[in-house]
Amino acid sequence: MPHPFVIILGKTVRYVARLRGGGSALPGLFVEKISPDFIKQTLGQLPHGVVVISGTNGKTTTTKMVVALLEAHGLKVFTNRTGSNFTRGVAAALLGDIDIKGNLDADIAVLELDEAHAVHFVKAVPPKYSLLLNVMRDQLDRFGEIDATAKMLEKIAIATTDTVVLNREDKRVLEIQKSLTDQKVELFGLSDDLLSHFPSDDDMRNSSVKTTKRPPAHTLLTKYAGAQATYELTGKEYSTSLKLNGVYNVFNSAAAIALAHAIIGEDADINTTIATISQVTPAFGRGEELMLGGKPLELVLVKNPSGFRLGLKSFSPEGYATMIAINDNYADGRDMSWLWDVDFESLSNEGVSQVAGIRAYDMALRLQYDEVTIGHIETDLVTALRQFIDNNPDTPKRIYCTYTAMLGLRRELSKITKVEVIS
Amino acid sequence: MTKQPITVLQLYPNDMNIYGDHGNVLVLQRRLEWYGYEPTIIHYNVGDAFPKSVDIVIGGGGQDSGQEIIHADLIKIGPKLKELAENDTPMLLVCGLYQLFGNFFKTLNGNTLTGIGILDVETHGTNERLIGNIVTNNEDFGNIIGYENHSGQTFLGKNVQPFATVFKGAGNNSKDGHEGARYKNVIGTYLHGSVLPKNPKIADFLIQTAVTKKYGEFSTDVVDDQIADQARAVASERPR
Repeated sequence: MPHPFVIILGKTVRYVARLRGGGSALPGLFVEKISPDFIKQTLGQLPHGVVVISGTNGKTTTTKMVVALLEAHGLKVFTNRTGSNFTRGVAAALLGDIDIKGNLDADIAVLELDEAHAVHFVKAVPPKYSLLLNVMRDQLDRFGEIDATAKMLEKIAIATTDTVVLNREDKRVLEIQKSLTDQKVELFGLSDDLLSHFPSDDDMRNSSVKTTKRPPAHTLLTKYAGAQATYELTGKEYSTSLKLNGVYNVFNSAAAIALAHAIIGEDADINTTIATISQVTPAFGRGEELMLGGKPLELVLVKNPSGFRLGLKSFSPEGYATMIAINDNYADGRDMSWLWDVDFESLSNEGVSQVAGIRAYDMALRLQYDEVTIGHIETDLVTALRQFIDNNPDTPKRIYCTYTAMLGLRRELSKITKVEVIS
Repeated sequence: MTKQPITVLQLYPNDMNIYGDHGNVLVLQRRLEWYGYEPTIIHYNVGDAFPKSVDIVIGGGGQDSGQEIIHADLIKIGPKLKELAENDTPMLLVCGLYQLFGNFFKTLNGNTLTGIGILDVETHGTNERLIGNIVTNNEDFGNIIGYENHSGQTFLGKNVQPFATVFKGAGNNSKDGHEGARYKNVIGTYLHGSVLPKNPKIADFLIQTAVTKKYGEFSTDVVDDQIADQARAVASERPR
């Protein structure tokens, strides 16, 4: 059990950090320094152990879905809801949920972790279950190469004690199962029809997507059109309407189902599962919708070429004013090369009303070469947002933004409309 | 009047494409169109037939695994590329293919990948990753702005010139203070970002060289590079 003194100190820092409107990682950092075993001791108490969710794209929404599915099946879940997916973010979230004696009132912990941090985390706390979503070109400036990122996911899988859930359609993720001897493996996947909607980085410049014979999967997404999805589970098909948007969010719902059923085992109730999935909404910044002057404003987080491509594919620009905000802070990735691996021709008809962010001119240059018309270019986010709103008063709006740009935009938007509070 | 065709050969887009290399090809394609020529882009991949007529060659970066996949094929077409290079064909090789256009790439665990020797350079794998925003300078092209990310360090031999001098960043290796290599009209560089969009002078050098060589003269409309100028100004001030 963590020393009560550490907990009181940590909680005080958390309170003070909130007063100054700060992020979630600071108090976690504080506890990490004072009591390095804090996370291990606290999570070690949980009867159903720890679940780690990692991969390049879709961690936050998938985690949200897994939590909803486990809760619907009666489990009490601890999670790092803040999207602060570094170890100290977990420590910070724990501080909010434990009592003064260090007890965490939960059956299971479901944690989304950034690949590099997950590797450190699983050394201290081996997870009982892990879900590895995908490896895509993201922040190569931090991780070096995609193959290096895949190695990180492999370490998470090897540290897992019970079941590893893998994406059948990502060859680097699927490959991980060859390194597993003691763990059970469950797969999630797509029907051949849908596979063509998910070009991987490897297929990016290949015109044809191969649909070779693949191993059977626990959960398959077999159809997705409009807001209707069909899953195949244990050989039977189940259709439902969804509140999720974006084809990648919907694919990750199959991942969440496969993981939740691996955890719950025989007691899993398919009807409960489908009913729960139908009610899940996207996590913040992942197709999240705000209201502004009676018109919707959508925030779409883009972090890497595959995510940006899928975002553009998922949301039609017709009838919407579009803004793109690109920052290059450390958390966004400093290298702008990735913008050149996204095709923006789908925005040609409507054009882009506003280009913003530190690297607004890099983004504008990218659009120039796809011959997409640009309304305004402005590096200052706040000014750009004002311009965008003023120039499009009566139109639904959509903003594609990198991580730190999204944080800045949400801060500004919270002054003029209701924005979900992230603590 | 029918437009004059120019053929751009992109080497191994399936396996060597991880740092926005598509951006370089797109810039050549669009600028050729804007200048009134008719570009044809040939995607050359492992096992393809090597085209008979090529005006510009362009190649990009890959992961170590990508380099291994293309290596045997590159050795096979090496003599054809060498002939084009000796014949003054303009070429731009970024990162992984820059290394393999050299004499060899020796990995950390002692394996040696033979290069095709068009550029008299050798590359040694290291544990140090040279990574971040980079600004270099070349007499003809002025400041060159990009991003580097490589753990192979490249050293130049006698028969090749450095492409540029480093202002900010590392360049070929952590010692010499120069970046890239130049032999005839062949440019090897570690810069991506992608390199051509923010450095249109290099794009125009490749285009003008190819067009002049093929048609004896180059006439152009002016391309509006104001956005590129702004992007260059911002990028050169960003932290490493």
